[in-house]
Amino acid sequence: MREIVIISGKGGTGKTSLTAAFAALAKNSVLCDADVDAADLHLLMQPEIRQQTDFMGGGVAVINPDLCAGCGTCMEMCRFGAINDRFVVDVIRCEGCGVCVDFCPEKAIDFPTKRCGEWYISDTRFGPMVHARLGIAEENSGKLVSLIRKEVRRLAEERGADLVITDGPPGIGCPVIASIGGATALVIVVEPTVSGIHDMERVVELAAHFRVPGMVCVNKWDLNPEMTEAIEQLAIKHHVAVLGRVSFDPAFTRSMVEGKTLFEYGEPTATQQQVRDIWAKIISSPSMNPLGIMDFKSTIQ
Amino acid sequence: MIISVASGKGGTGKTTISTNMALALGSEVEFLDCDVEEPNAHLFLKPVIERTEQVTTPIPLVDLEKCTYCRKCSAICRFNAITVVGRKVLIFPELCHSCGGCMAVCPEGAITETGRELGEINFGARNGIRFINGRMRIGEAMSPPLIKRVRSLADPAKVTIIDAPPGTSCPVIAAMNGADFVLMVTEPTPFGLHDLKLAVETVKLLGIPSGLVVNRSDIGDREVFAYAEREQLPVLLTIPFERRIAEVYSQGRSIVEEFPEWKERFCELFHKIETIIHERSTTA
Repeated sequence: MREIVIISGKGGTGKTSLTAAFAALAKNSVLCDADVDAADLHLLMQPEIRQQTDFMGGGVAVINPDLCAGCGTCMEMCRFGAINDRFVVDVIRCEGCGVCVDFCPEKAIDFPTKRCGEWYISDTRFGPMVHARLGIAEENSGKLVSLIRKEVRRLAEERGADLVITDGPPGIGCPVIASIGGATALVIVVEPTVSGIHDMERVVELAAHFRVPGMVCVNKWDLNPEMTEAIEQLAIKHHVAVLGRVSFDPAFTRSMVEGKTLFEYGEPTATQQQVRDIWAKIISSPSMNPLGIMDFKSTIQ
Repeated sequence: MIISVASGKGGTGKTTISTNMALALGSEVEFLDCDVEEPNAHLFLKPVIERTEQVTTPIPLVDLEKCTYCRKCSAICRFNAITVVGRKVLIFPELCHSCGGCMAVCPEGAITETGRELGEINFGARNGIRFINGRMRIGEAMSPPLIKRVRSLADPAKVTIIDAPPGTSCPVIAAMNGADFVLMVTEPTPFGLHDLKLAVETVKLLGIPSGLVVNRSDIGDREVFAYAEREQLPVLLTIPFERRIAEVYSQGRSIVEEFPEWKERFCELFHKIETIIHERSTTA
């Protein structure tokens, strides 16, 4: 089974719109939305939820005022400033380390695990999808991403799908690291701006750090052709394959408003062809076919 | 006064709004770029960087001469960052949250602390605007400790503008907590609205007053405006989509310097924020 993860470094470059468009082109694939912080893929996929499961995160300290002797040990031990002088825990600051729990001489601190969000297995018009919703202001997004990626692989296995398409989060931190580990290849969506090229370089370094092959495509390329050129040169310098260019096209926003992918909106356009060509390049790329075999199933009986 | 610029969805224009507001106001402000995973504000403010500090977070270091392999360190660690296997103590620095529990619990005093590199903080200035940004090391997973470090450098005597990271989880909280105002930047599209709602819930949880900038205000649909009205979220500025603005942005130039009419609008945006903060502090 192969998994491609679409990331970008910088937010808002078109990851989700392109992921949805790829989903419309892919055959026998399973979708995964790993941007659990601000998941948007479902707005285009309108998934029908088949299974819903709570995501339990780490514990959070709760001081029982009836048992608390006010000795101040917890406050002294807490490195996150989460306990105030009235011995109430600030849940937002609490890191969930439990040090106060273990050191309280009165055993007055409970450490209940809390529900941090939920995750779903759904059906969409383009096949099954695994997605999640992290609670507001919650931690453990990396853990939730790892969980849903494990589930999506299991689901793909079960359904006999040979490709997972994962919509990744922005940035280079914990949810991104959790999204790319063990992936077959990354598609890095870049916009031709000073921020876009700056953030792409960091994400390319991240991919190299975790040894996942990357490929780059430039979205809205015609907003700055010189910058597009520079991005492609930089990609080549970093030994990252260049997939192609997608034009700035209001059809992306219009189709989004209607909850559709680019391919389900209006007459065939030049932009659709660009995306089709990029998808063909992804699927036939050496990173996606490490042995030079296009489709394992049809080759190996 | 601390104004944190946030959005939920990435790429809506946080950096554009925060840097242009800073440039419009000039020397009375300081700028903290807290999007430490992908800091971009320096590309637009173009500060002269005067110095750089390496930032580390404490992680345990075990003295095997003293260790009796009692496993108390591994029992207290909720993050599985330290385990004892036979006559070995394994430490996984990238899982460590620097809580100090293992060091405190060790009966032999065998654990001291060393540092894991989080990244760096750059200090600089441009036209009298004090500039600080955090830049997370590639491969580091945890951004909140570095964001908190950058936040701690805010000068209370100044107007502090913070460029926050996207999302709604711990990094954003670290960038917003303790601010006097959260300025949310969105675009009027289904993705923009969906993520804005999450951001609004986050800000409500923190109890910070907020207002909205609608960027590329004429694309997409009108749902964002309807939502803002329902939520009584004041729309403080709208910026229509203009190809010339997009192009100027793509080159790293600022709107207020290229199109002088925008300077006044960004100053006005700041005054509206000031008024809201003032009203809130007098009624509270």
